[in-house]
Amino acid sequence: MKNFNLALKILLVVIAVILPLVIKAPYQLHIIILIFIWAIIGTSWNLLGGYTGQVSFGHAAFFGVGAYAAGLLQFHLGVSPWWGMLLGPFAAMVISLPIGLIAFRLRGPYFALAMLALGEIFRLLFINLAFTNGAKGILIMPEITSKMFYYYVGLSALALTIGITYLIVHSKIGFYLVSIREDQDAATSLGIPTTLYKNLALLPSAFFTGLAGALYMNYVAFIDPNIVFNLSNISVMAIMVVMLGGVATTWGPTVGAAIYIILGEVFRTTLGSANVLVFGVLVCLIILFLPNGIVGELDMLRGFLARKKEGAAGGVKI
Amino acid sequence: MELFGQTVICGVLLGGMYALIAIGMTLIMGVMKIVNLAHGALVMVGMYVTYVCFTEFGIDPYIGMFIAMPVLFLIGCLIQKYMINRLVEVDSILPENQVLLTVGIMLVLTEVMRLGFKSDYRSVVTGYSSNTVFIGGMSISIAMFIGFFIAMGFTLLLHLFLSKTDIGKSIRAVAQDRDAAVYMGVNSSKITMLTFGIGAALAAAGGSLLLPLFYLWPDIGHLFTAKSFIITILGGMGSTLGAAIGGIVLGIAESLGATYISMGYKDLVGLVIFLLVLLFLPGGFRSLVRRS
Repeated sequence: MKNFNLALKILLVVIAVILPLVIKAPYQLHIIILIFIWAIIGTSWNLLGGYTGQVSFGHAAFFGVGAYAAGLLQFHLGVSPWWGMLLGPFAAMVISLPIGLIAFRLRGPYFALAMLALGEIFRLLFINLAFTNGAKGILIMPEITSKMFYYYVGLSALALTIGITYLIVHSKIGFYLVSIREDQDAATSLGIPTTLYKNLALLPSAFFTGLAGALYMNYVAFIDPNIVFNLSNISVMAIMVVMLGGVATTWGPTVGAAIYIILGEVFRTTLGSANVLVFGVLVCLIILFLPNGIVGELDMLRGFLARKKEGAAGGVKI
Repeated sequence: MELFGQTVICGVLLGGMYALIAIGMTLIMGVMKIVNLAHGALVMVGMYVTYVCFTEFGIDPYIGMFIAMPVLFLIGCLIQKYMINRLVEVDSILPENQVLLTVGIMLVLTEVMRLGFKSDYRSVVTGYSSNTVFIGGMSISIAMFIGFFIAMGFTLLLHLFLSKTDIGKSIRAVAQDRDAAVYMGVNSSKITMLTFGIGAALAAAGGSLLLPLFYLWPDIGHLFTAKSFIITILGGMGSTLGAAIGGIVLGIAESLGATYISMGYKDLVGLVIFLLVLLFLPGGFRSLVRRS
């Protein structure tokens, strides 16, 4: 079973690497690139929301700051926005420090609401400040237009995000984070400095969301505050993508992102601007009937089957 | 001075209508202990019902609200009974599943309305919507005046309902202590469903009152969700009077911000106050009263 899993993973990586050599159509590649961006957002949200249990409604703040860091480099200094891929994540991390300081004083739904308010504050600030070119947004002329290039950039960014998240979750820190989610008071009583570890989850989460933002800026080449700081299209969608795919799973956010983007594209022709409708209905159904998301319940089902087999084997022994 | 007076009066009037929406949210929050993030979407659906009544049948928004309220009451009951209530027994990783479901419901409601009405901005033009009265040099919109008084009327009615009737008392009992209420023979699941319905109906009422003043488009719901949870936290969770005061405070703060800072930062003022209250006065204004 273990070998089979490993082979499956290697096969997946090989497919991901050679895919753009097979699919050359720009439209299909465009969709995959969008899936990568959303998978990065979802995976980083999952680290804070899924593993640590701090449901954030304000991840658009990190996404937007990452995107604007790249855009403003070009806008003010004329520096290539590709440097933003470095600056963006760090800028998002820097703003996550005061955000964590404020929001982690609160718990549960109050934390969620505080993050929502903080995200909206960023949107309103970026609309009104002259430094960010206000609601006019930022338009850049991309130097590279080959989709295949963006595909590989997106793929490596996603691989980095999933890899680091995996490492964090499977290290000692990861266990601390899960213990905070399961019972914060018990975690405190066992001597875990919960606020510190919540911040340790927030920092990488903000970092990679910022990376997605910077990638978005480079790829789409136009941003304005109402796009990148959008509550319903970024912050809420980040949560929905994870809820659909699977909370606190490695691959859940990626699966959720793929379903989100593909459903949106499939129904764009029939439903027009309401193309998120089917996704919304699906999310409601998933929360109702598969509360831990597609991948989350998949693990449970597999575990259920395995247990059954063990039971049968045990029966033979006796 | 006239400018200041007008600003404050406008704030109070607008805040009174916001308060009606927020009271719906605070009722739901008090009884179900969850943040209903679909509340703004319910307001939006109520506004569309009133809007359709106006454009198709020529029914005035202030009468149309009495059609919108039962419709939303029904929608609210159904959402609670068949969706949110189901999650009580479901075992999941995140404890906030019910809140996240309300987000999903918000998404669906918004997109359904977008499907039916497109993203176009719509507005209701009545004979009086641009009329104003002058009080000593301060001009006040008639629609705001009427809206405020109807909103206050509803608040009073609700207060009487909660304090005098059996169902109202049961709602308060469930909000205080669900288990104890169940031991006393209160049918808590029925009460929860009714509360959600009443909350949705109040949202529709508030939305209908604001219809002559606001543009209507499917995404307007987010605005009202934000405003009503700000007010709910300002006033203290589950407190009707607190929500009424919180609404008026938010209205005044917003309109002062719009007049003296800038129109663009108007919504920022409310959010900053919200954060400050959340951090330094977690019980809302209610805790101030209790302390003294």
